Amino acid sequence: MKFNLKNIFLLLLITVMLFPLVAINVFAQKDITVGLVFDIGGKGDKSFNDSASRGLGWAAQDFGIKRIELEPGADADREVNVRNLASIGYDLIIGVGFLFEDSIGPASDDFPNTKFAIVDGLVLGKPNVSSLSFAEHEGSFLVGMIAGLKALQDGKDTVGYVGGMNVPLIQKFEAGYKAGVKYAYPDCKILSAYAGDTPTAFADPVKGKELALSQYDNGAYVIYHASGLTGAGVYEAGKERKRYVIGVDSNQNYLGHIEETGENFGLTSMLKQVDVSVYLTIKSILEGAFEPGIRLFNLATTVTINDVEYNGVGYAMDKYNKDLVTEEMIQKVEEAKAKIINGEIIVPHEI
Amino acid sequence: MDKEKLQKENLFFSIIEKITPIIAIIGALFIGSIVILLMGEDPIQVYKMMFGLAIGNRDGWGNVLFRATPLIFTGLAVAFAFRCGLFNIGGEGQVYVGTFLAAFVGFTFTNLPAILMIPLTIAASALGGALWAALPGFLKAKKGIHEVIITIMMNWIATSLTFYLALLYKAPPTEEMRLAGLPQMIPHTSEIAETARLPRIASLLSKINISFPSHNPLNVSFFIAVIAAILVYYILWKTSLGYEIRAVGYNSAAAEYAGISIPKNILLAMMISGALAGLVGTNEIMGYKFRWRQELFLGLGFNGIAVALLGKNHPLGVVLAAILFGTLSYGGALVNIFTAGKIPRELIMVIQAVIVILVVISDEIIKRLILRRKTE
Repeated sequence: MKFNLKNIFLLLLITVMLFPLVAINVFAQKDITVGLVFDIGGKGDKSFNDSASRGLGWAAQDFGIKRIELEPGADADREVNVRNLASIGYDLIIGVGFLFEDSIGPASDDFPNTKFAIVDGLVLGKPNVSSLSFAEHEGSFLVGMIAGLKALQDGKDTVGYVGGMNVPLIQKFEAGYKAGVKYAYPDCKILSAYAGDTPTAFADPVKGKELALSQYDNGAYVIYHASGLTGAGVYEAGKERKRYVIGVDSNQNYLGHIEETGENFGLTSMLKQVDVSVYLTIKSILEGAFEPGIRLFNLATTVTINDVEYNGVGYAMDKYNKDLVTEEMIQKVEEAKAKIINGEIIVPHEI
Repeated sequence: MDKEKLQKENLFFSIIEKITPIIAIIGALFIGSIVILLMGEDPIQVYKMMFGLAIGNRDGWGNVLFRATPLIFTGLAVAFAFRCGLFNIGGEGQVYVGTFLAAFVGFTFTNLPAILMIPLTIAASALGGALWAALPGFLKAKKGIHEVIITIMMNWIATSLTFYLALLYKAPPTEEMRLAGLPQMIPHTSEIAETARLPRIASLLSKINISFPSHNPLNVSFFIAVIAAILVYYILWKTSLGYEIRAVGYNSAAAEYAGISIPKNILLAMMISGALAGLVGTNEIMGYKFRWRQELFLGLGFNGIAVALLGKNHPLGVVLAAILFGTLSYGGALVNIFTAGKIPRELIMVIQAVIVILVVISDEIIKRLILRRKTE
């Protein structure tokens, strides 16, 4: 290229024309930073925490946010993590689990320009905190129906439930499930057990297997587990006894698949779309539409992310359980779902 | 001349024995740095960051001492029982019961003035722990049943019992929850009365115009822990009760021959040990969250064993070891954040575990060396 006046002029012109584009890009792509602090059990629980992490992953892919994931150790770590992320300048800090209530509460007062979100907990009356809550009992009602219908179809009379830690939040799953079973199959017996009353009850597969085996041996045909990592033991028991398991939080249907024989015992999973809630919260910040207060995710919530439609809670259908759940069952469940949404059926959230 | 040589050697060994914890700490940091190198980070930078953030500023110091406080109590508990030849691994259960009783007193007697309420709540914490340790102590003293087995079982009973009680005395839904029509989902008790709360160090320092971050959780309980350590020293080495307890610990047959009642001392040592563990309630309940929630106490009893081991079962050693563990715990949490998650918090658990292993190994080596010299 010769350095004559014409060329230089052209170069200048191109630069000037490009500038607004570059400038817009620079401002639009100021990465927002998101910190996610996990609940007990941490990353890799294949259920609750992983679901939150997945939502963060989607957001990272779609919006190119910067992210950090932390696992607290001691109880005081929760507050230390939340506070320090805020002081470094993270834009959004998400606490997974109700244990964050008393760390996010005070921190949100001290860092008014930082946004916070808490999954399963309630921090109300703060302009910068969004409380993401879920209608787990509604989702549990639907999987309870599937359990009941399956037992009815195969002429069995008992189903089971294995909870993690015996706390009101997990009893909510049981209440919805029982109501769902009874709705589909009024004479069905329901066995129920909890893995314990410490947080380790969510991370005890041995105990999960023990409880599940005892329920299967007492006639349970399907077991619904709401027990985090403990559920891995329930799946083992299901595969051993060749009976069905219903997963929780994430789609766990694949855990009931036996590679060698090609059999499937993952009947379905109750989906609690923590991933969707995390994704939407991040999206709302990018759009400048952060919503403080309670954000409820239930059956009526409908969201489309990357061409896939999600409800706030629901049941999972995929290649692993398409032969286990018949069209007729799905039809009945969908009917009940519509009735729950329009208020005809009110699902209890306490046993 | 031989005697002189032997004395010199004895002195040498006793010095080595006292500094084994320091050797263990250096060794553990070294092994930790290999782990950091394997993770592809610079160990010197990581350690600089960890200790710099933890003890390089007032907020850091406050957090470190706050985390050290419960470990001082549980460490003292283990050390005290150990002096009587007892291995109290029931600290966990004693912590649960003591703290719950403190919370119970705190949210039940809400109309008493602070001057009554604070001593009463502290006493409740100690009493809860002492009572929970009394049963294993009694069974050991009367029936000779090994305290390790009983205390482990008592831990499980305490966990379930206190959790049951926490649900029984679950906090009512807050005003906001009631307005939103939501039930209380968290298994924690109501808050204790204002009059039962210990002041935060931040609020005390602000009165004398020293700046200290107001959110810092360090509270007066730290001083209670230090007083407890001094008391333990006083009881063990300056009173006849302590003399008897130590005599039973050294050689119970000889103690009995000298007219010391073994059952009485075992029971007393266990109860004092339990009371020390129960005093964790002064920090977590009276000074920090003001309510009982199980997650607050997870692992404190067991970490107390490591603290006592590192502190050589001496009150001063326990305080120093607890501060070290507090530093590692707080520094580790911060390093995790400030390296954007590259250095996991688990690194700290590796270092703590290696410290404990090295203390045990070096103790054993020294013991064998001394034994060999003596037989030669």
